[in-house]
Amino acid sequence: MKKYSVKKHLLPLFVLFAFIFSGISYGDSLKKKGSNEISVPPPPFSEDIFPCTECHAEHDPNPERRVLEEMHDDIILKHDEKNRWCLDCHDLNNRDKLHLASGKLIDFKESYKLCGQCHGPKLREWKNGVHGKRTGRWNGAKKYLLCAHCHNPHSPEFKKMKPDPPPEDPMTGRKK
Amino acid sequence: MKDERKIKENKETRRSFLKKTALATTFATMSACGSDTSWDEFFQKYFRTLSREEKNQIIKRLENKYSEKYGKKFSVSAKGPIDNTLFGYALDVSRCIGCRKCVYACVNENNQSRDPQIHWIRVLEMEKEKGIDFAHSNDQYNPELVPEEGHFYLPVACQQCDNPPCVKVCPVKATWKEKDGITVVDYNWCIGCRFCMAACPYGARHFNWGEPDIPEEKVNPKTHYYGNRPRNKGVVEKCTFCIQRVREGLYPSCVEICPVGARKFGNLLDPDSEIRYILKHKRVMILKEELNTQPKFYYFY
Repeated sequence: MKKYSVKKHLLPLFVLFAFIFSGISYGDSLKKKGSNEISVPPPPFSEDIFPCTECHAEHDPNPERRVLEEMHDDIILKHDEKNRWCLDCHDLNNRDKLHLASGKLIDFKESYKLCGQCHGPKLREWKNGVHGKRTGRWNGAKKYLLCAHCHNPHSPEFKKMKPDPPPEDPMTGRKK
Repeated sequence: MKDERKIKENKETRRSFLKKTALATTFATMSACGSDTSWDEFFQKYFRTLSREEKNQIIKRLENKYSEKYGKKFSVSAKGPIDNTLFGYALDVSRCIGCRKCVYACVNENNQSRDPQIHWIRVLEMEKEKGIDFAHSNDQYNPELVPEEGHFYLPVACQQCDNPPCVKVCPVKATWKEKDGITVVDYNWCIGCRFCMAACPYGARHFNWGEPDIPEEKVNPKTHYYGNRPRNKGVVEKCTFCIQRVREGLYPSCVEICPVGARKFGNLLDPDSEIRYILKHKRVMILKEELNTQPKFYYFY
């Protein structure tokens, strides 16, 4: 009888633990505990371009707005280019970082925070899994992509592409 | 009296003659059905009502058959629904660019016949000025680049209706709605009458007019009994939300491939799922709402 009552006490505890642990494994595994970072694949750098300091360490920083001619002349800015240029996002003094409008330095893998300064609703939808591509498991670990994986930050409009072939005509088996 | 009975015992009666004829006809029909129809397959019972053991036997038989046919090790799952799950799908119409990547990812995943060609997903090109207008839509568009100016794209596959008209018309109950909301077909029970195709207002069901042809190197050997296992000529097939993937917790193939992330999938019973967020916060519509089919495939923008 006594044994039975002990078990009775333990049962709710056990259920509680089971609940907590299942919650951890089931819950959105993207958000790391205790931080507001979201795990994403590495940023899509051009080959051999990062770390930027590898070249920039040798140059004196020049904060003056200008057209780049010697290097990075392949970058065509089509992203509010009338009002912005390189150093509105890239940091003058620490080339391996980006900075927010507040001046706070952030890593390239947190670039979504930078994008979200202007594109607030999009950032919110991305965090909720509505905007952007999610792969993996519908009931578990998902993979996110950074904004920059789909949108080139220098000209973010999604690029047009060649469509795969249309279906054959079901009546003749031939293309119309 | 006694004499009459004796005669019956000895002589061939009308009844026994008919019995033998019927048996002979059955054999003749079976041999005419093609060499790959085995006795067991021909006399397979209604899969849903079978015991686990009987199901396993059937699955083993199918795995062997497919492995032999395609020269690859096949697995055929009969995994049931996950508890407390009702699948829903949402597609962002404003984001789809009509690239048809989903169409071919689906073909590769779900072993549709390449020739004659079957596509479970049809992408309709529509004019922005007309809105959703099936009569003026075009599935044959093929420009150099998509999206085209002034157009939007509406991919249509099975809407996984909560009130599916296709299920109601099936005379042999070869198609039904599973507990997790997926309408499936038992290809071994389908008699190919195509009533369901006539009943479906979305053109989502497709008939194998010819013997399905899937190149050996392209066939996907990871299959489900109700999903992407190879079909026979003369049966109807349709999208199953990639039942072989989603019942394992994975996203459907079309979700994985979509380059713009327009396709969203999840559990409608989970209030924290993406799909529930979309239903709560976005402008959502369903196709042909007036027919009361109650699709679980939502379009949003």
